[in-house]
Amino acid sequence: MKKKLLCALLALAMLFALAACSGAPAEEPSTGDNTETNAGEEPAPDSGESGEEEAQLSGETGEEPGGETSNEASQPTDAPAPAGNAFKLGGTGPLTGGAAIYGNAAKNGAQIAVDEINASDSPIKFELRYEDDAHDAEKAVNAYNALKDWGMQISLGSVTSKPAEATSAESFADNIFSLTPSASSTATIAGKDNVFQMCFADPNQGTASAEYIGSQNLGSKIAVIWKSDDVYSKGIRDTFLEEADAQGLQVVSDQTFSDGNATDFSVQLNDAKTNEADLVFLPMYYEPASLILAQASAMGYAPKWFGVDGMDGILTMQGFDASLAEGVMLLTPFNADSTDEATVKFVTEYEKRFGEKPNQFAADAYDCVYAYCQALTAANATPDMDAATINGLMKEQFTTMTFYGLTGTESGLTWDASGAVSKSPKGMVITNGAYVGMD
Amino acid sequence: MKKSPFHFLTYVLVIGAYAALQVLQARGGLSSSLRGMLVPICAYVVMAVSLNLTVGVLGELSLGHAGFMSVGAFLGTSTAIALQDAVPVPAVRLTIALIVAALFAAIAGFLIGIPVLRLNGDYLAIVTLAFGEIIKAIFNNLYLGVDGKGVHISLLEDTTRTAETGRLIIQGPMGIGGIQKISTFTAGFILIMISLIVIFNLVNSRAGRAIMAIRDNHIAAQSVGVNIIKYKMMAFVTSAALAGSAGALFAMNYSTVVANKFDFNTSILILVFVVLGGLGNMLGSIIAAAVLTILPEALRPIAEYRMLLYAVLLIVMMLTANHPFVRAFFNRFRQTGRLRLEADGDEEREAV
Repeated sequence: MKKKLLCALLALAMLFALAACSGAPAEEPSTGDNTETNAGEEPAPDSGESGEEEAQLSGETGEEPGGETSNEASQPTDAPAPAGNAFKLGGTGPLTGGAAIYGNAAKNGAQIAVDEINASDSPIKFELRYEDDAHDAEKAVNAYNALKDWGMQISLGSVTSKPAEATSAESFADNIFSLTPSASSTATIAGKDNVFQMCFADPNQGTASAEYIGSQNLGSKIAVIWKSDDVYSKGIRDTFLEEADAQGLQVVSDQTFSDGNATDFSVQLNDAKTNEADLVFLPMYYEPASLILAQASAMGYAPKWFGVDGMDGILTMQGFDASLAEGVMLLTPFNADSTDEATVKFVTEYEKRFGEKPNQFAADAYDCVYAYCQALTAANATPDMDAATINGLMKEQFTTMTFYGLTGTESGLTWDASGAVSKSPKGMVITNGAYVGMD
Repeated sequence: MKKSPFHFLTYVLVIGAYAALQVLQARGGLSSSLRGMLVPICAYVVMAVSLNLTVGVLGELSLGHAGFMSVGAFLGTSTAIALQDAVPVPAVRLTIALIVAALFAAIAGFLIGIPVLRLNGDYLAIVTLAFGEIIKAIFNNLYLGVDGKGVHISLLEDTTRTAETGRLIIQGPMGIGGIQKISTFTAGFILIMISLIVIFNLVNSRAGRAIMAIRDNHIAAQSVGVNIIKYKMMAFVTSAALAGSAGALFAMNYSTVVANKFDFNTSILILVFVVLGGLGNMLGSIIAAAVLTILPEALRPIAEYRMLLYAVLLIVMMLTANHPFVRAFFNRFRQTGRLRLEADGDEEREAV
């Protein structure tokens, strides 16, 4: 009896693996395209229970995210072209793992923009699908290929830097236009004429941070703690040190940590403390930063803290005492407390659906979709065009158009031919558990 | 010495799979997703069979196999980039890179083997784990530039002063960027075949029997005059060299590679392939590596639950693969296969 059960289980597992991995012609009757979008529209697990409920409630399209529909979505390869009314927009990002806040934020932000555009009378409609890359270049390429099988026409690239470097090379080779919301390394756009960024590049952040600290007289003795095996952290730290010299800032402590030892920061903090640093610069993602803040508070060390855009998200991190982040300064292109109409509308919608304040990743992704909408409208593109044709049109549009979005300045955003955006970071300070702009 | 029919079956299946996939690809029957995974699968297969040589044939648990992959990936790719202008034909460049990668990984294997192979069992496992981490840390801090004056190397900070005309290839934590994708499925297939030929011939040779004798009882082996260190080293270095070329193949399939990719998790993943496929069973390793690489991708449609289901399937497979009933079932096949082949052999002999 037991044997039979095990055999049956094994057979089931093998059957499942075979059924799911074969890219063979879809013999199952396709239930139409609406169900297929479903896979990408399922509520994010990380947004908590309330978020999930709300997402289900607000699912205007009325599809239930369930196992069955998902299984049908496994046969996208040879599904007929969309009914001819929606552009297939795909993106990869870390929906699971250590960087999941970024991926889910970008996905949610893009989803809101897509839903708004689809509900409006705009002639451009989108179908959005996000795939998980777990912040890994290999998985990102797999995710990108899965999106290609689905029929992606324009891409939102990848959310994080290193995966974006790998997927942007693929989309350059495949002639699929890509606009990444948040992959900030210079290598992402280098040498690829169809890959554009919505965020400012890493080196800019280091320079801007040092300039900001220098011009605002925030500190004279600076300590830097950075992650030595992280592209993002290193890119910012290097340009920060260069600019700090030019600004006459004194860097008294320069300490590193890496992937394996990112839990105990007493050595780095003690070094900063004994060297009497009055400002600590943290060019890193929010996870280690939250530990550093907690441990510094435990040892009674209270310098000024200065972070970069990776710090964004620290307030929504689960299990983090937000009072520790009080007074932390960071550079980000987006201010959720801004009072202009567009931002308020976006923030309200985001809070309603996902139960938390959007960070800049969500805003960047939101902007990406609207930028696409504007460019596609201007180019008179239609969804029956193939990816390569759209690619040509988009290259032309993005280098000539000016875009007004949630992030960036009043004078709008423009892109140069290399794909870099003209945008300057804004200084923010965390006050009473919220980001407040500082001038 | 008569060759085991199982080895023959392995060759046939690998060639058959390659031919079938080539035909499918030519007819456009492969999804982009699967096409994109062909080269990584080849690399993981070579990793799995090479680790199986250490774990299954030599019987020593190594937890740092990704370290050798890393050595091969970085140095092989660097070689390919440095030769970009000198050797314009991609296939030739790839071959040179794979050989260089294997050489450097073999040297790393030899150096690590000197202290490590004096240990046994758990101790060896822990030390290899540490070496894997050390290799990762080195590549995370290594800067390597090439220009007209030759090769420049520095650690921790970029002090290589590579000339403007040259190129800084390995950039510390940023790894290598802008790699030309020259790995192909055919190259991967050839690498698998070479690995199988090397391993099967080693296992079937005098040295191979000595290695297995050490695995079964090293005191007995020593007492009959088997040079333990020598044969352990032979298996270990061969395994490292193959892993190195697999690493180079893997890295040159993506436009970027970072040292963190080859961490402890990757070592364990390869070990899972080996254990699931069966210790000493090369065909099992090949199948396990291919299935477990495709599985997470195949589970993509169920989005959030895929990693959960992947873990559950892994446990189910581990349990069933070791279940006596299933084992007996497969053994029966193996037995009949062997008997038939032996019968064929007898007939041939009679015919002669």
